[in-house]
Amino acid sequence: MDLKNDQAGHKFLKEYNYDLGDLDRGYTNRTLYINVGTHEIKEKPVTPLMKDKFIGGKGFGLYYLWQAVTEKTKWNDPENEIIISSGPVGGITQYPGSGKSLVVTLSPLTNMPIDSNAGGHFGPFLKFAGFDALELQGKADQDVIIVINGNKGTITIEEAPAGAVDTHILGEQLTEKYAENEEDKRNIAVISTGSAAEHTNIGLLNFTFYDVRRKGIRLKQAGRGGIGTVFRDKRIKAVVIKFAGVKGNQNHPADQLTLNKTGIKLHKEIHDLDNVQNKMRKIGTANIIEVMDKYDLLPTHNYKFGAHKNTFKISSEVFISKVTQNYPDGCWHGCSMACAKAADHFELKTGPYKGQKVTIDGPEYENAAGLGSNCGIFDPDAILELNFYCDTYGIDTISYATLTAFVMECYENGILNKERTGGLELNFGNIEANFELIHQMAKGVGFGKIAGMGIRKMKAYFEKEFGADPKFLFDIGMEQKGLEFSEYLPKESLAQQGGYGLTNKGPQHDEAWLIFMDMVNNQIPTFEDKAEALHYYPMFRTWFGLNGLCKLPWNDIAPANNKFTDEPAKIPEHVQNYVDIFNAVTGKTIDKHELIRQSERVYNFQRIFNIRMGYGKRVHDKLPYRAMGPVTVEEYLSRQERYDQQLAEFLGYDTTGKSAEEKIKVMREYRESQYEKLTDAVYKRRGWTMDGVPMVEKLREIEMDLPELIEVVKKHV
Amino acid sequence: MFKLNNRDCEWQVGLTVKELLELKNYTYPRIVVLVNAEVIPEENYASTIIFDGDNVEAIHLMAGG
Ligand code: SF4
Repeated sequence: MDLKNDQAGHKFLKEYNYDLGDLDRGYTNRTLYINVGTHEIKEKPVTPLMKDKFIGGKGFGLYYLWQAVTEKTKWNDPENEIIISSGPVGGITQYPGSGKSLVVTLSPLTNMPIDSNAGGHFGPFLKFAGFDALELQGKADQDVIIVINGNKGTITIEEAPAGAVDTHILGEQLTEKYAENEEDKRNIAVISTGSAAEHTNIGLLNFTFYDVRRKGIRLKQAGRGGIGTVFRDKRIKAVVIKFAGVKGNQNHPADQLTLNKTGIKLHKEIHDLDNVQNKMRKIGTANIIEVMDKYDLLPTHNYKFGAHKNTFKISSEVFISKVTQNYPDGCWHGCSMACAKAADHFELKTGPYKGQKVTIDGPEYENAAGLGSNCGIFDPDAILELNFYCDTYGIDTISYATLTAFVMECYENGILNKERTGGLELNFGNIEANFELIHQMAKGVGFGKIAGMGIRKMKAYFEKEFGADPKFLFDIGMEQKGLEFSEYLPKESLAQQGGYGLTNKGPQHDEAWLIFMDMVNNQIPTFEDKAEALHYYPMFRTWFGLNGLCKLPWNDIAPANNKFTDEPAKIPEHVQNYVDIFNAVTGKTIDKHELIRQSERVYNFQRIFNIRMGYGKRVHDKLPYRAMGPVTVEEYLSRQERYDQQLAEFLGYDTTGKSAEEKIKVMREYRESQYEKLTDAVYKRRGWTMDGVPMVEKLREIEMDLPELIEVVKKHV
Repeated sequence: MFKLNNRDCEWQVGLTVKELLELKNYTYPRIVVLVNAEVIPEENYASTIIFDGDNVEAIHLMAGG
């Protein structure tokens, strides 16, 4: 082992030099493998099979993870990997939303592969540094930092300095340390997590990028599934990448002109129409808080209700006044959608950083809905501060919010009490207790440690330790496959129940968001219609993750004439844009049908991967009843008129003189049977058996009949 | 009675598209309204009257959160 001091004063544990190489048509044709336990560093070739079947991004992540683990591997075994990859289109600067990094690992929450994406500069820098993906494997015996210098062609594993773990400090320190001067800071991107990732299963990864106007780091998160927990379990404190000299043709695309033209078209559309459509440039994704409330879809009090009289206190207008900059703010070069938002000089009122003035990224819609209404909190400053602590402590805001809402309902039902929570009065709306909970998570103490296990493990714990009724816990614990639900109320939309339940990684809406199409527009009335939507949208949206793309510029803006097209919900012109930019970068000649097939290959691969790990079948696609209908009398009564009418209309059930309990029972039988019928229709459309296993014929049809997949599938059909 | 997104809806004399959207709390900024398959421009919402038996569609263009 070569131990010497580097420029930052850290000990080198390993040094590795590589040839910078060439980027051609979106690929470097090489990936980087680092084992933090053995300090092995090597380069691997990208094979034609990888490009043909897995494309890149999360496709590469899943491909490498499959090779790395066995069906017995647990998330905290050294062989588990964290794979980060951009994708062939990733890193272009012409088309908005092209800087995403996709991260894949075995999740501590679900014990299966999880994928999550983050903005920021890391993914593109990694590619420009010479690698289509980065595999991190092994477990270090001390905290380490990995440093990749993409201009010099050096990689080092370094002993991490003691001190800060929380991102808002560590990210800043490392940017400062590895940049040669102020100008050089924009060339640094850091991945790290925070202190709560060490004590919970809901750790996230923060991806920094340097904001030259603010002269400070900004954060984007790969939030879902506990990836930060795996990162810290490997004792990786940070991965730093440095790359100077980003250019518009860095990907060496096959057809620069088409790339330019397609990009200009969308820039113009955003410029002309964003202000009258979703106002993403002004407020970002938080624009829909009040919309969700108006449509009874804003999760409130652990998804019991869909609206609240105090929502106006956390509406997008309120957050606009908190967001300090007056310029559109993107997370990768060329993103004119520019939805990244931040509140500057925010003075913290609680915790170890109390009194510090900080920049808070966000809030995104998910933060405001989850940390806000779902926990009964309608104080925008409290939401911003919780958002800040989730990020810097390295925990997923969505899981944190949803599990806190669950804990609050348990508290109000007497499953928890002050004695069991160590003094925390976790009623809905208790801001003080909520802060105490998050600070406990960061320290790994008290009830925070229990809550940090996630809802699935908490349910088992409450049953065992407190004798709680497991059926009630199953009904109100908003997790599926071990992952906490994201922040939309699905119970009045059967299609969205499928959008959450019939997914690969768990109830995250990034596969399909069909609530308006189903519940409001009534465009997909039959099971077959819903199944078609639950085929198309998950496949279409999977494709973003194969290419390093952000979903938002697809449908948070639409061409002026979109409404006159045959399928406005798909935004056909944008679909064609994606076909065009993919072909322009790679030189291939796909069409919109092949785009879907590219996704189908990876989607089915992921499903079979889940099956290989002992999950991924019909039984795992069941939902907690809170996601499907009213669990409690209180919920039924809140929508009594609607529910009574539905019972009469759909079942011919006479509600006169019936108690709420009786009506809940009938409603439940009906809704659960509807979900089963939907599941049948979706499996059929996807080419799966009625147990949810992809059929061999389907794999042949999409040219994904790889021997290792057939071997798994054959055991289950 | 008229149809709104293929569901029966109580008709009132003189009901305009603008009033219907307000009545239904349809506040999402990207809605396309069609009356008997004809797209109604937003500036005509207040002057477009819905008749008994009309087929109204108020399509919310959002397919992704
Ligand atoms: S739309 Fe927003 S999240 Fe997506 S790439 Fe642009 S700035 Fe980043």
